[in-house]
Amino acid sequence: MAEVRYEAASRLYPGSEIPAVNELNLDIADGELLVLVGPSGSGKSTALRMLAGLETVTSGSIHINDVDVTLKPPQDRDIAMVFQNYALYPSMTVAENMGFALKQAKVSKEQRAEQVREAARILDLEPYLDRKPKNLSGGQRQRVAMGRAIVRSPQVFLMDEPLSNLDAKLRVQTRTELVDLQDRLDTTMVYVTHDQVEAMTMGHRVAVLKDGILQQVASPRELYRRPKNRFVAGFIGSPAMNLLDVDRADGQFALAGTTIELTDEMRAAAAAVDGTTFGVGVRPEHLKFTSSGSGIAGEVSVVEALGSESFLHVKVQHEGREQVLVVHEAGDTELVRGDNVTIVVDGPVHVFSPDGESV
Amino acid sequence: MAIFTRAPKAEPILGQNRLVAALLGLLTWFIGLLFFFPLFWLVLNGFKEESVANASPTLIFDPTLDRFSEVTEANSGLLSFAEAFGNSFWIVLISTVLVMILAVPAAYALAIRPMRKWRDVLFFFISTKFLPIVGVIMPIWIIARDLNLLGTRTVLVVLYTAMNLPLAVWMLRSFFAEVPKELIEAAQIDGCSLLGQLRQVILPIVAPGLAATALLCVIFAWNEFFFAIQLNPTGASTMPVWVNSQQKFQGQFLAGLSAASVLATLPVVVAGWVAQKRMIRGLAMGAIK
Repeated sequence: MAEVRYEAASRLYPGSEIPAVNELNLDIADGELLVLVGPSGSGKSTALRMLAGLETVTSGSIHINDVDVTLKPPQDRDIAMVFQNYALYPSMTVAENMGFALKQAKVSKEQRAEQVREAARILDLEPYLDRKPKNLSGGQRQRVAMGRAIVRSPQVFLMDEPLSNLDAKLRVQTRTELVDLQDRLDTTMVYVTHDQVEAMTMGHRVAVLKDGILQQVASPRELYRRPKNRFVAGFIGSPAMNLLDVDRADGQFALAGTTIELTDEMRAAAAAVDGTTFGVGVRPEHLKFTSSGSGIAGEVSVVEALGSESFLHVKVQHEGREQVLVVHEAGDTELVRGDNVTIVVDGPVHVFSPDGESV
Repeated sequence: MAIFTRAPKAEPILGQNRLVAALLGLLTWFIGLLFFFPLFWLVLNGFKEESVANASPTLIFDPTLDRFSEVTEANSGLLSFAEAFGNSFWIVLISTVLVMILAVPAAYALAIRPMRKWRDVLFFFISTKFLPIVGVIMPIWIIARDLNLLGTRTVLVVLYTAMNLPLAVWMLRSFFAEVPKELIEAAQIDGCSLLGQLRQVILPIVAPGLAATALLCVIFAWNEFFFAIQLNPTGASTMPVWVNSQQKFQGQFLAGLSAASVLATLPVVVAGWVAQKRMIRGLAMGAIK
């Protein structure tokens, strides 16, 4: 039960000019599952480790439940962490691994056994309590690491890419189990991942980081619908948003020769921004094929038919260069490579100013 | 520094040609036996009569244990077998324990919580091994004399500890460096104290490395001859000095010396053999993915 607050928290590694985490301001509500997402080197893991007390906070502060923990060692923060590689103690059994923190806290043997059994029951680990980590599968090890975290009922769970060592199928399954577990325990959780699908499916809110700077923090739906800048627009969504550089001419934007219809307020907002080269983005599902003639002419180059949906890569001529637009079609597609098609925009368009901000 | 690890079974590089492979195998055996031969000859000599040992070499003779009983029971010299063995045992044991007590914290600091310029510190440790011992034996002898330590076991305990410490720090550092950082961090988050982390998390993982390091220290200290003969040549001295004392100025002594050498070698060979079977590293298995 805890709120977490980063106040202009920075981490500058010795010998480095640019902070790994740069003045991070972030409020995490009690019981919230917040996902920190970003490409590698974005500072997401560093931000988590600062909260854990494993990285020094160079400037700014971090608060858990309004208590300043900036200078507190990890053991005094009442947090539990699950590592990417699980970090199970190899010389201890599953039960000893799970009970280790309780043992350090001088919890009596009987109560320890009780709590470990309870956690093992929740995670289906009861048959494995006497095994050593090396005799467990990857999925079981992951669950032991989870068990080690939940057994002590901490204030905050910290998860550092806990699913990335699992195979794809198990990852999807564990993802839902984890969301369910967090919901049941109702404990604040900070979850780091580079996988935007994980971020979108798990997070109550998602914080997108790039180069140590927080780009946007919002609900998954909000991030998807109203990305604050070009980076977030390109990072969130799979396949990624079609993003092209477009030169403004007569206050209008044209995609491969076809003028884009903008709402009045977007046109007004764009008009207030100086510069010529803007970014224009359209999500694949907001592009459609048409047979009525007018639209963006292109040629299908790649067909990704997934059964339930299809993604078609279409080569178009945009401002004198060949560009690829990805178009989403529900269900199967009859188009094949080499087909000539016409595309129309059917949905929201995102326009980004020359410095990358959403207009 | 991987000791006692087994190389994976290698594919024969020139394996296409069976003849070449066979010849290479033969060559390997030949070289191997060449290395083994002196030891074999030594052991054989230990079981011979003096006259047979000093005659031209033969494989056919009546083996006898007399030489072994002679050298172990003789008490004419300055140092008997029992004394030498006891001295060696205690000097080696105490110096090795001291080395481990001093090297573990040093290696922990260098591997897990390195300070600035830790490489220089590491280099300093090993640089103490660069100097030839003959070059510094005089000052050491004078210091030992002034401290009234000449001819004592203490001087050897101190010197063997100093001699093995750099090696132990280097070896242990590499073992400690293999402990996954996340394990220590997990222990920190679990509320484990510094000593607790070392005792409950790190040491169980590096145990095979600790054993390997201790074994090497034991072997080096057991085999050391130069310090022993210079600083402590008499009653308080060690097995190598005792073996040396089996050289006689008159009469035949080859078989007796061989028997003494076998006795001095045996503990190390046994220790090495036992350790090799046990110390194949299961380091950190299962800790990481």
